[in-house]
Amino acid sequence: MRSASLHDYTLHELSIALKNKKVSSKELTSYFLARINSYDPDLNSFITITAEHAYRQAEMADAQHKKGTAGPLTGIPIAHKDIFCTNYIKTSCASKMLDNFIAPYDASLVNALNQAGAVLLGKTNMDEFAMGSSNETSFYGPSKNPWDLTRVPGGSSGGSSAAVAARLVPAATATDTGGSIRQPAAFCNLTGLKPTYGRVSRYGLIAFASSLDQAGPITQTAEDAALLMNVMAGFDEKDSSSVNEPVPDYTRSLNDSIQGLSIGLPKEYFSSDLDPHVAAILETAIKQYERLGARVKTVSLPNCHLAIPLYYIIASAECSSNLARYDGIRYGYRCSNPLNLCDLYERTRAEGFGEEVKRRLLMGTYVLSAGYYDAYYLRAQKIRSLIMQEFKEAFQQVDILLGPTTPTTAFKLGEKIRDPISMYLSDIYTSAINLAGLPALSIPAGFIDGLPFGMQLISPPFTEGKLLNVAHRYQQVTDWHKKLPKGF
Amino acid sequence: MTISLNDVKKVAKLASLRITEQEAHRYVENLQGILELAKQLKTVDIESIQPITHCIDLPQHLRVDQVTESNQRDRLQQLTEYVQSGLYCVPLVIESR
Repeated sequence: MRSASLHDYTLHELSIALKNKKVSSKELTSYFLARINSYDPDLNSFITITAEHAYRQAEMADAQHKKGTAGPLTGIPIAHKDIFCTNYIKTSCASKMLDNFIAPYDASLVNALNQAGAVLLGKTNMDEFAMGSSNETSFYGPSKNPWDLTRVPGGSSGGSSAAVAARLVPAATATDTGGSIRQPAAFCNLTGLKPTYGRVSRYGLIAFASSLDQAGPITQTAEDAALLMNVMAGFDEKDSSSVNEPVPDYTRSLNDSIQGLSIGLPKEYFSSDLDPHVAAILETAIKQYERLGARVKTVSLPNCHLAIPLYYIIASAECSSNLARYDGIRYGYRCSNPLNLCDLYERTRAEGFGEEVKRRLLMGTYVLSAGYYDAYYLRAQKIRSLIMQEFKEAFQQVDILLGPTTPTTAFKLGEKIRDPISMYLSDIYTSAINLAGLPALSIPAGFIDGLPFGMQLISPPFTEGKLLNVAHRYQQVTDWHKKLPKGF
Repeated sequence: MTISLNDVKKVAKLASLRITEQEAHRYVENLQGILELAKQLKTVDIESIQPITHCIDLPQHLRVDQVTESNQRDRLQQLTEYVQSGLYCVPLVIESR
């Protein structure tokens, strides 16, 4: 294998090369670490680089390949979003609050990927505590979009998407609470899968909004996502919301025919407000699916426009409760010279959290406080139930839903950071899916003025195999996902 | 519904967050913006709807009630410098005479 172009290969192709001993894990590790050293100063996609740890894992992986006991991920370099606890490795959640935090255990997802032989190159940048859609709320500064360094890579998993887009790592893990896997994947021309709520363990994933958070992969292709999901998905005793459903081999259904597949187009997603460039891209993709044998039908999700306010009430309420644990006593940041215990709590939290986190803590505390709970939180949880019902009804008519992942392509750094509401609205097509707990993925579907645009596919609970199949078939007949940003 | 400066200060106290007067004014504006968005939720008739408890309609899994973790006190206490004789140090809570 020509080492000069190892980054041109997908995870799947690297897995075959490792199996056929065309390349060693040590070579891959050193190759991708060198790329991180060369390009990350411009991208800021990593918070921590774990070179020593990576070489140790690569050595073990090469030994397994020698012994013939290797699996498909043995020796593959990956990166974890810095929201996953990694034993003996700094886990910051991109917050000053956890800047000094060395996790004392591995998240279940990290453990599963370690057991599968993946090699951890580092921890990726993100919005602080995953609160943001641009990676600009990170304590470590924003990550940049490799397609245009003056633009955001999306968020909150912006470091993961920037790193994979620039091929500093073949694939990365991420989390999605309101769109944080799919929106950055869309902004960076990648495949991003948010699995069904309960499909991937949340144990060791630093909690933001526990009823919405879900982990998934950001990859170059649906095939790569299937390989990662084979390891990431599954029941975990340690996560009380984990669902005990059998995990299929996601790679086996990738090539299934989609003849007769019925695709629903939610009419609310295709309203007259839709940008004409976006509409044209989706129109082309729909025609492509029709050529592959799919049938298209218009469906309705009448209350989907309520997703953003619902999301910001529910997510803020849950985060205000989850982040109460950061009090400066047993770990994390502590303010200096506290006058008394209350002063310690209040100043630690004021100095340790950034602006967006504080805004959501205040919002969440407000909607949960006496006199407002029924008007906001309880009402929101009831309407959430209605949104779930609307998706259920849509899936009685069609197999999957198709629409845009985002209203626009990647926006400029600084463009929305001073206007929280406008930032929140960039998740308008993604957050309803978290509220309903459904699986959804974003795949590259075209370009607008040189910037990638993502298409979102949504399906019923636990049908990730179908989603990956429908995405893979599209990627077999299109080459949007093969386009790379210049200069990397 | 509008949010006042006093509401923000009260909520900041409940959330154990020290905020300055200037920040409080900014948060009034931010939170008001979010509440404006939330006004749309009032248009929905929720009388007959039950609030959700879990997205996937399955019974809660219960694990066997037995100890699975070993005692990691020493390791966990290495996460802060404010430890003395195995105890966490905090400012004086009860005044001495």
